[in-house]
Amino acid sequence: MIEGILIGLTTALTLQNILMVMLGCFFGTIIGMLPGLGPMTAIALMIPITYGFDPATGLILMAGVYYGAVFGGSTSSILLNAPGVPGTVATSFDGYPMAQQGKAGKALAIAAWSSFAGGTLSAIYLLFLAPSLSKVSLSFRSPDYFALMILGLTAIAAFSSKGQFLKAMMMVVLGLMLASVGQDSLSDITRFTFNNMNLTDGISFVLVVMATFAMSEALTIILKRNDPTSAAKQVSLTELGSIKINKEERTKLYKTIPRSSVIGFLIGVLPGAGATIASFLAYGMERNIVNDEEKEKFGKGSVNGLSAPETANNAACSGSFVPMLTLGIPGSGTTAVMLGALLGFGVQPGPRLYMTNPEIFWSIIMSMYIGMVILLILNLPLIPYIARILAVPKNYLIPLILFFSITGIYVMSFNNFDIYLMIGIAVVATFMRLYDFPMPPLILAFVLGGLMEENLRRSLLLSNGSWEFLWDRTLTTCILLTTILIVVWHIYKTMFKKTKG
Amino acid sequence: MNINTTKVISLLFFIFSAFYLYTAYQIQVFAFDENAPFNARTFPIYLGYAGLFFSGLKLILPDPNTIKVQHKTLEYKKTAILIVIAIIYGATILEVGYFLTTSLFLFSSYYFLGERRWVLMFLLSFPFVAAFMYLLHGVLDIYLRDPFLQSIGVMG
Repeated sequence: MIEGILIGLTTALTLQNILMVMLGCFFGTIIGMLPGLGPMTAIALMIPITYGFDPATGLILMAGVYYGAVFGGSTSSILLNAPGVPGTVATSFDGYPMAQQGKAGKALAIAAWSSFAGGTLSAIYLLFLAPSLSKVSLSFRSPDYFALMILGLTAIAAFSSKGQFLKAMMMVVLGLMLASVGQDSLSDITRFTFNNMNLTDGISFVLVVMATFAMSEALTIILKRNDPTSAAKQVSLTELGSIKINKEERTKLYKTIPRSSVIGFLIGVLPGAGATIASFLAYGMERNIVNDEEKEKFGKGSVNGLSAPETANNAACSGSFVPMLTLGIPGSGTTAVMLGALLGFGVQPGPRLYMTNPEIFWSIIMSMYIGMVILLILNLPLIPYIARILAVPKNYLIPLILFFSITGIYVMSFNNFDIYLMIGIAVVATFMRLYDFPMPPLILAFVLGGLMEENLRRSLLLSNGSWEFLWDRTLTTCILLTTILIVVWHIYKTMFKKTKG
Repeated sequence: MNINTTKVISLLFFIFSAFYLYTAYQIQVFAFDENAPFNARTFPIYLGYAGLFFSGLKLILPDPNTIKVQHKTLEYKKTAILIVIAIIYGATILEVGYFLTTSLFLFSSYYFLGERRWVLMFLLSFPFVAAFMYLLHGVLDIYLRDPFLQSIGVMG
């Protein structure tokens, strides 16, 4: 392994490759900040450029873009409540309220440090655990994935609902329903398209996330303009605040970061799970671990609530490289795009990559760490400038959010039907938000819908239509028992609270 | 009579789930797939029942955390105007082109939100869109159809 690390360092520390990481991080941050343009778009745009380089340099550039875009996505989550990627949705739960309280600079600094620490720790885990972790991820079967997704959805419904579990579960079902629109992945049969060709490919993720977060947020701000409570919130939005993290906050981060990085990394290793589940689970876990006083702050600008998903999503980014590099199975949508690029270079990922192209394997791992350092150096001093976006008056900011949202959709499909659909979903979402129907469960369900159906299909086909697969394997049963425990505990807690009241 | 809006939303969701379930049963599957343990309609059918279950529970169970929205303080008019402008933007973007429609969308949105600083409004619409368009079209190589700019010879 030492030899591998040295090979990686030698490759990653060439002037050209350091420059590539820097450029990747910078452009990634800029693109990731624009709502609608996430890491997948950023990396896809980079593919033609990388073909001019050798595979290691090309992949180092893409890895830099990936981290930069994830960090940029967090920035737009915190400042605009407009997460461009699903992995940063959980960041907005506490990041945006912090920005509303005039602590935008602090929120961005916490996000930067958490991302850095999460990425650094996971790069270390990756170094030591990559070979054995690939075996663990191989042992996961379809029933386990199905159970894991049920767990993820139940957890987010339980933890983000603020006592309104049924409302959150309704949003989960709505998200899964939206995901079922379009062609069935196996038989190509169209579902819920009502003979409209525009719906054949389904509804795009970016469209749903833009409509339910960015656009509906913008509409809610206008709608509540004369509301004295929200007006007060908007005034404080123009205040940046200090980027300094005090001792008390640092103490919180020291506890949150290590545990969230472990969760993030482990979830990231599972093919298909990725940064989204990692960030939501880390957020949920953190909320459970902290004391009652801190728990009350969740959703209102909690330091732990911001740090946990931010650490986990970056840790998951590194984790998702494990199945891609060792098994040839992408751990996330973004690594799927990178896998395509890798194949384009003529490199076949898999267990033999260690032997056939050690410089690629190790240089990517090494450049991940270098990328994290550069991202921190680049972004921390720029925070005051990045946060200037908050100083834009609402009369300008709202149309600009709408403009970025609509452009994000338009450049993806060049189809005005998508714009109408986005406006429609945004109007419904705005109305539901008024009555405290939470949007994050809908988003997670929408992202997981296709995967969940696929794993249920495989499980049912393998068990000849019997639901016995749910208790056939110990791992599946354990995950489902955890889900049941969460639900029972949540109901008990609500009832106990009521009795107490 | 005071109607709880959350219950009304739950009722609408219940009706929507019933319609979704009905449509799920109508999904045409291949003849050989009809009795398979899993086909294109299996998952949507489960979802339909799940929707009925959760919205039904929300309807039946008492709602201690009733949300009261102060409708009088809400800016329905401005929100509706902005939605209409966005729909017009969507309807004209393909025919007229990205530059003009986006600039006009931004300019009119600023105006209807109460802004009257004309120079700033202009700078943050036409030149801003031109710069953004250059970034997308010129730098990132994302093709943006624009019949208006083509007609005046600015774009090839």
